[in-house]
Amino acid sequence: MKILVIAEHHGTELATNTLNVVAAAKKFGGDIDLLLAGSNLSDVAAQAAKIDGISKVKTAESADYDHHLAESMAALIVPMAADYDILLAPSSTFGKNITPRIAALLDVQQISDIISVESNDTFTRPVYGGQAIAKVQTSDSKLVITVRPTGFDPVNAEGGSAAIESVSGGAPDAKSEFVSLKEAESDRPELTSANIVVSGGRGVGSAENFKMIEALADKLGAAVGASRAAVDAGYVPNDWQVGQTGKIVAPQLYIAIGISGAIQHLAGMKDSKYIVAINKDEEAPIFQVADYGLVADLFDTVPELTEKI
Amino acid sequence: MKILVPVKRVVDYNVKVRAKSDGSGIDLANVKMSLNPFDEIAVEEAVRLKEAGKCDEIIVVTIGPEKAQEQLRTAMAIGADRGILVKTDTPIDLGGVEPLAVAKTLKAIVENEKPDLVIMGKQSIDDDSNQTGQMLSALLGWAQATFASEIKLDGDSATVTREIDGGLETIKIALPGIITTDLRLNEPRYASLPNIMKAKKKQLDIMDPSDFGVSYDPKVKILNVSEPPARTGGGKVSSVDELIDKLKNEAKVIS
Ligand SMILES: Cc1cc2nc3c(=O)[nH]c(=O)nc-3n(C[C@H](O)[C@H](O)[C@H](O)COP(=O)(O)OP(=O)(O)OC[C@H]3O[C@@H](n4cnc5c(N)ncnc54)[C@H](O)[C@@H]3O)c2cc1C
Repeated sequence: MKILVIAEHHGTELATNTLNVVAAAKKFGGDIDLLLAGSNLSDVAAQAAKIDGISKVKTAESADYDHHLAESMAALIVPMAADYDILLAPSSTFGKNITPRIAALLDVQQISDIISVESNDTFTRPVYGGQAIAKVQTSDSKLVITVRPTGFDPVNAEGGSAAIESVSGGAPDAKSEFVSLKEAESDRPELTSANIVVSGGRGVGSAENFKMIEALADKLGAAVGASRAAVDAGYVPNDWQVGQTGKIVAPQLYIAIGISGAIQHLAGMKDSKYIVAINKDEEAPIFQVADYGLVADLFDTVPELTEKI
Repeated sequence: MKILVPVKRVVDYNVKVRAKSDGSGIDLANVKMSLNPFDEIAVEEAVRLKEAGKCDEIIVVTIGPEKAQEQLRTAMAIGADRGILVKTDTPIDLGGVEPLAVAKTLKAIVENEKPDLVIMGKQSIDDDSNQTGQMLSALLGWAQATFASEIKLDGDSATVTREIDGGLETIKIALPGIITTDLRLNEPRYASLPNIMKAKKKQLDIMDPSDFGVSYDPKVKILNVSEPPARTGGGKVSSVDELIDKLKNEAKVIS
């Protein structure tokens, strides 16, 4: 069994989800190679080589791959796929964008967002916004899979000593070009891997009021999340959205403030270890999944909590 | 410019679904079905482009049962000009018509209709795969712009802002191309009664999967569909002090 992990990285930082994807790869048993694509890869390659369980780190060093455009990434990976039985990527927007393109070119039915490996052809994955779990068995001989990071405990970032080898790839089959990136800048922990997430919803009422949520998060060293309603209303940027169409999080502690608990929001956070809900409506569905529900006005409780915690 | 918008009939997003007790799938008997929300956004975007004079014709296509005509009519009530149903009794939610098979069918339709642009939802809220648009663009050898929150057409290219995990990315793709929609691209209108009536008279062609030589036998078998592990929620605290105490001493998640 030969496995290729298509790793996400941002400049010189390897994405933390890489450790979860490698954990999924390990469940198959076999040689695991890891692919990095872009410019100036030596730092990330060095980080990747240390990950526990990697045989080889393959670096495709070229500005063509800088923004991980799907067309270029497919041109690189499809020819490489001949040497592998299984291709794995995180089910982040990086992975979701690229892997179906590769799968289609290989005539493979991709399996998205797995949360367990039952055997080498059988997996579980959430469907219907996490309202059900499907156990699926594929008949494809080559597999293309995206991995939901929260489904797998990360492997050790240290302890390995993989060889680093450079590879090159073909030209893309279609034209797309990068124009610009409006990057979210923050000193806070990254949402999908934070131990604590504090999220606000429509109940918070404004971008100005949202500073209250951020103050609580900063006191706790937490990441900040939001419901779709809060993002749509412009209180916070899009990359804070938690849910079926936003980010999937499973921190030790998730604090939902002024969030009603729609199915689509629950889909992104109900695997958190502990859930706190602060909402003034005691009928709000969020309380059905909360370990500690506080029926109260957030404008009173959040400042008090921030002060006392 | 001609725009093709593939759409899907799915369970309404407000419905809480249940797995069937025999584990064979989701119980969809007597459940409200709707146009997939992301596809509704795709239709709305195409209609806005038409209203802005940038598009001459909008064709909606769906693969599904006889009843999926309802979703085509909904799309035509929003403003699509005509519809195509590729009729099949194979299930379309789980363990039936898969994204790759949908992409192959759509490729054949694109080759017939020759649209300049395909706008479609980034995922359907039943199977949640998020694959079909990317697969279609791969099969056609076209460029793709996924998860769009803004689209600007200029001649033979489109500039698209994408919602990605790290923020907002803008890319430019050559046309013909594929764009998949995210939630913040637009807010779909409610179809007016006169438009609903008008939609009933618009052209709707019914085709057979065999017209395209695509097999709907699934490659991925559903072995079992079950409820996720239940959470025992419902716990309450009565004050901020009690909450802090519980978090420190019971859950031990803060210190
Ligand atoms: C296809 C699709 C995908 C979606 N994906 C997502 C997703 O990824 N993530 C997501 O979050 N949503 C998603 N949604 C939207 C989802 O259905 C809900 O509309 C959304 O989650 C509601 O956000 P909310 O809880 O902040 O707002 P609301 O439902 O309006 O809830 C606000 C809550 O705040 C409480 N409140 C108000 N004032 C106060 C106060 N002073 N003190 C305390 N409590 C107060 C209210 O009691 C209420 O419960 C999606 C919807 C669709 C159709």
